[in-house]
Amino acid sequence: MKQGAALGAAEVSAGTSFRRSRREQRFRRLKRDKWLYILLSPGLLYFLVFKYVPMWGVLLAFKDYQPFLGFWQSSWVGLEHFRTFFQNPDFFMLLRNTLVLSLYNLVFFFPAPIILALLLNEIRLSFYKRTIQTLIYVPHFISMVIVASISYVFLTTQGGAVNEFLFTVTGRKIDFLANPDWFRPMIILQTIWKECGWGTIIFLAALAGVDVEQYEAAVVDGASRWRQTWHITLPAIRSTIVILLILRMGTILDNGFEQIYLMMNALNREVAEVFDTYVYALGITQGAFSYSTAVGLFKSVIGVVLVLGTNWLAKKSGESGLY
Amino acid sequence: MAKRYRSAGEITFDVFNYLVLGIIGIAAILPFLFVVAGSFATEAEITKRAVFLVPTTISLDAYRFIFSTDTIVRSIGVSLYVTVIGTAVNLFFTVTMAYPMAKRYLMGRNLILNLVIFTMLFGGGMIPTYLVIRELHLLDTLNALILPGAISAFNLIIVKNFFQELPAEMEEAARIDGCTELGLLWRIVLPLSKPVLATFTLFYAVGHWNNFFSALLYINDPSKWPLQVMLRQIVMLSQSAAGDLSSMDPNFVQPPEQSIKMAVIVVGTLPIMCVYPFLQKHFAKGVMLGSVKG
Repeated sequence: MKQGAALGAAEVSAGTSFRRSRREQRFRRLKRDKWLYILLSPGLLYFLVFKYVPMWGVLLAFKDYQPFLGFWQSSWVGLEHFRTFFQNPDFFMLLRNTLVLSLYNLVFFFPAPIILALLLNEIRLSFYKRTIQTLIYVPHFISMVIVASISYVFLTTQGGAVNEFLFTVTGRKIDFLANPDWFRPMIILQTIWKECGWGTIIFLAALAGVDVEQYEAAVVDGASRWRQTWHITLPAIRSTIVILLILRMGTILDNGFEQIYLMMNALNREVAEVFDTYVYALGITQGAFSYSTAVGLFKSVIGVVLVLGTNWLAKKSGESGLY
Repeated sequence: MAKRYRSAGEITFDVFNYLVLGIIGIAAILPFLFVVAGSFATEAEITKRAVFLVPTTISLDAYRFIFSTDTIVRSIGVSLYVTVIGTAVNLFFTVTMAYPMAKRYLMGRNLILNLVIFTMLFGGGMIPTYLVIRELHLLDTLNALILPGAISAFNLIIVKNFFQELPAEMEEAARIDGCTELGLLWRIVLPLSKPVLATFTLFYAVGHWNNFFSALLYINDPSKWPLQVMLRQIVMLSQSAAGDLSSMDPNFVQPPEQSIKMAVIVVGTLPIMCVYPFLQKHFAKGVMLGSVKG
């Protein structure tokens, strides 16, 4: 505005230069909407402080962070932490555990809500349907700590119900909690129990949008219920499935920190430790800030690449994609 | 559905389907029912019988023990505090930011929207966030459980979209009647958004009550532990046979018995079970509001 004033009256009376009027207009809009901007400020501040400052903090991964020197004074080390990480035998353990868990999730958990939604969709009795839905949504609202706690209480060899039962039937006990062979099935079962019902919501909504006339036409053509599902229902919800698959790909390296952290112990660590728990163990409990930031950054970057990549693939194959 | 001929195969399928879904429905809440039953049983009964839904003698000992323990009662207090204050903070931050962002004419709106969406795709991660919290001197304060999660970007966008869909005529009319921007938000927009706000209040509240991760990261002082952290302490770490006894586990509680563990689990879930019937009415709609269009 200072410049505008300095330009003098001659120009103003000459019929307002384009630049100046735009500037003035902007100022007027800012002034008019000042309450909106004031309302916006706490939220903006939140995103800046808690989201963007940490994003900038990933630079720590390229520094040798010394707490007494602080962020600014610590020296740059380039890619050293990444090199150390890739050469560490832990890297392969983490990568394997993360990918195997994700694969199990994709194979056993991902289809579960779709199948469940298809079954629910075949229920004609709306009272029955609603009751089942109410029941299967419940576990979603229970915390992971509770889920893990219930698992502990029932699976422990020291008086856990499942093992007491096994003992009376077979005379043996299985230490589910400490045996590495049981870790992955346990995690997947917990996930299915907790989230499978909730996951049906989105598919049921997609199913509700399917044109009823198509089914009527199919029935006239003599299509069985199975063929109706295969040729009408599934294609109708295909785009929903694809979108959820893209979202899933983005979080493929997030195996749910809480769940794994809670179920992990010294005896099953070799199959349990994943990127997130490793970052926590090294960063927070051992104070290796720079190194663990590098590990975390590696994970996030792969995650972003996976989302964008899957999205690109989905678009290529004729689906609408996310972006 | 029109009446039509149903083949034997179809009838078999229907019977099978109703049965399977019934079993799945029961399986969803059965583990919890066992825990509730166990929490009311005596220790002797739990060792005698493996699994039961109705204890022979109802005993309140486990609950008596819990509520006589300072540590547990205090952690319940912490969880309640964080849930109430945290949810209020969430709503304030989310609504005040969503409202301006719903105005298409606002200068800089697209930039802000993109900045918000970007945070959903990429984040600084655990350690840089931890260091920010530390620099702000929030470690070991209950604010560390509230402020870093003040807005969920996902919820923000849903609320923004909802505000955007509200009929513009009402706002114009109110403006002509001399309503200010804040008055508009308070008297027109918020009352019209009650169902959405109710959904998010409950979502945010459940999130706070269930929160474990932030407390694990930011709270070292056991007197400030929320219930979920205390729960893990009691149920999972007291039997340290295969224990991961990492940094923050001072030995403050002697190994409690099964029924006490079960009672703590019940207490940790109870508020959720109390709000669930109210929640249930709204959430399917709330989820769909934000979901991608299929």
